[in-house]
Amino acid sequence: MLASIVAALNRSFRHWSLLPAVLLFVLLTVYPMVNLLRLSVSTVEFAEGRAQWSFTPTRNVALLASDSVLPAAVLNTSIFVVVAVAAEVTLGLLLALLVGRLDRGKGLVRTVMILPILVPPVAIGSMWKLMYNYDFGMFNQAMVALGMSPVNWLGSTSLALLSVILVDIWHWVPFAFLILFAAVEGIPVDVIEAARIDGASSWQIARRVMIPLLKPALAITLIFRGILAFKTFDEVYLLTSGGPGTSTELVSLHLYKVFFEQNLLGYGAVLSLLLIGIIVATLLTSRRAVTARSNA
Amino acid sequence: MSKVHTASALRLKGHERVIGYALLVAAIASVVGPFAWIFMTSLKQQIAIYTGAWSFAPTWANYTDVLFGRRSDFAANVVNSLIVAGTSTALVLIVGTLAAYSLYRFKWAHRVVAAFLGWTLLFHMIPVLTLVGPWYIAFRELGWYDTLGALILTHVTMNLPITVWLMMAFFGEIPPELNEAAQVDGCPPLRAFWSIALPLAAPGLIASGILAFIFSWNEFSIALNLTSRDTATVPLAIARFAQQYETQHGQMAAASVIATIPALLLMALGQRFIVRGLTMGSVK
Repeated sequence: MLASIVAALNRSFRHWSLLPAVLLFVLLTVYPMVNLLRLSVSTVEFAEGRAQWSFTPTRNVALLASDSVLPAAVLNTSIFVVVAVAAEVTLGLLLALLVGRLDRGKGLVRTVMILPILVPPVAIGSMWKLMYNYDFGMFNQAMVALGMSPVNWLGSTSLALLSVILVDIWHWVPFAFLILFAAVEGIPVDVIEAARIDGASSWQIARRVMIPLLKPALAITLIFRGILAFKTFDEVYLLTSGGPGTSTELVSLHLYKVFFEQNLLGYGAVLSLLLIGIIVATLLTSRRAVTARSNA
Repeated sequence: MSKVHTASALRLKGHERVIGYALLVAAIASVVGPFAWIFMTSLKQQIAIYTGAWSFAPTWANYTDVLFGRRSDFAANVVNSLIVAGTSTALVLIVGTLAAYSLYRFKWAHRVVAAFLGWTLLFHMIPVLTLVGPWYIAFRELGWYDTLGALILTHVTMNLPITVWLMMAFFGEIPPELNEAAQVDGCPPLRAFWSIALPLAAPGLIASGILAFIFSWNEFSIALNLTSRDTATVPLAIARFAQQYETQHGQMAAASVIATIPALLLMALGQRFIVRGLTMGSVK
């Protein structure tokens, strides 16, 4: 009996080994995405815990057209992604080039740099909320100590987005560093020695030899950070929840509010499908860019 | 990656070296500084926080209030988080390792592999909030809304892509001769998986396990919408501390410090696995 079960498991191992993962993806990702399509033309209300669906194809499109927060959210998200990712990749690259050329302390830097990546983003939001506090936060303490007047980091419409971006930079420079540092360590030493013998300065070696060799790793860091920055939610939810006004409203926050605060599941589905479409398009175009670059 | 040394041609010299180390110290300080400040804040009485004093009598009061205070659910939140992170990590390791082995070892048609991996990439890249709405409806219909089981299922799914990628990369490092030898000797497929491939890919299991546990422990946006008070996890508790009308800043700091402990522990135990996992997951 047992022997025949084992024999059957062995014969079909190839198929059943993949099955649980496929099942999980179908039930928890494919099926919900199909439901998004259904939702996008429906209105769902909950009556006595049961979902009541009604077919209202034009309502959600009308909501999209009259959504006055969305343009602000798109603009803020674009600024957030471009500024944060540019700063993260630049600082991460400089740090990786620098650390690659030190004879001591590499292990320590790597240990320290892993920390922000592993800490709960919500805890990072909460930490920075305390540090940005107007009355007693670390920054205003320093400002006052230097004889300047305290700044309303999260409460002023002109500064809030920048403050939120700074948190993201602090959070993710280490990630860019780790990836680029691994790539720096992978550069063959003789290439650099040859450049040095030819009389190249440190700066020339970095600029003309190392950075060109790091291009594939840079492209991957850019794409990964770009897409992840686009999804940022936890820290901003904690820090400002999109305020003051709509000055730090991001697409992800807006989506959350539409779904779960305004209970507009149908319109939320329309927004979700738009987002997924944008990401698929980014993935397809960037995949071409990455393969083209690594072949070059 | 593991060997850390610098070729002499690369090494900075003279004043460049001094500037280099100064920048390095600045970088480390700016990462560590916020952690140090928050830890200091967590040891302060509310009054010491408000006055911004540098010298103060340290107290564990915030920690005891957070963990054992009568109005605090934090201890229950920690238990919930441990259950969800522990169970979902165990499950994703089983499901993900089997799938990765299947894709690596057995000759699936190219389009099956491409479709599966393409889907993992797509799902990994889209904001999970796009799916939380449909999940919410489905779990309510099933009566699973507000259960730890539903949250565990979503966390397993969330961590499946990275587990599959990592395990495929680690299986890929096994010399193919070993598999061929096993086949020639008539070793049954299950036995070859269990006794040959799995032990050799043990570092991969550790790396994926640590990352899956941490990502589940940290996860906020799904738990925010699929749980309520009794099933809330640690990140939700922190958000609650931060949003109370009368914010208890000391407790908020203490809760943030406590939430960081698993990351610190796992980092101390498995740093080289984590570095490998993080860089492999994105470079390969």
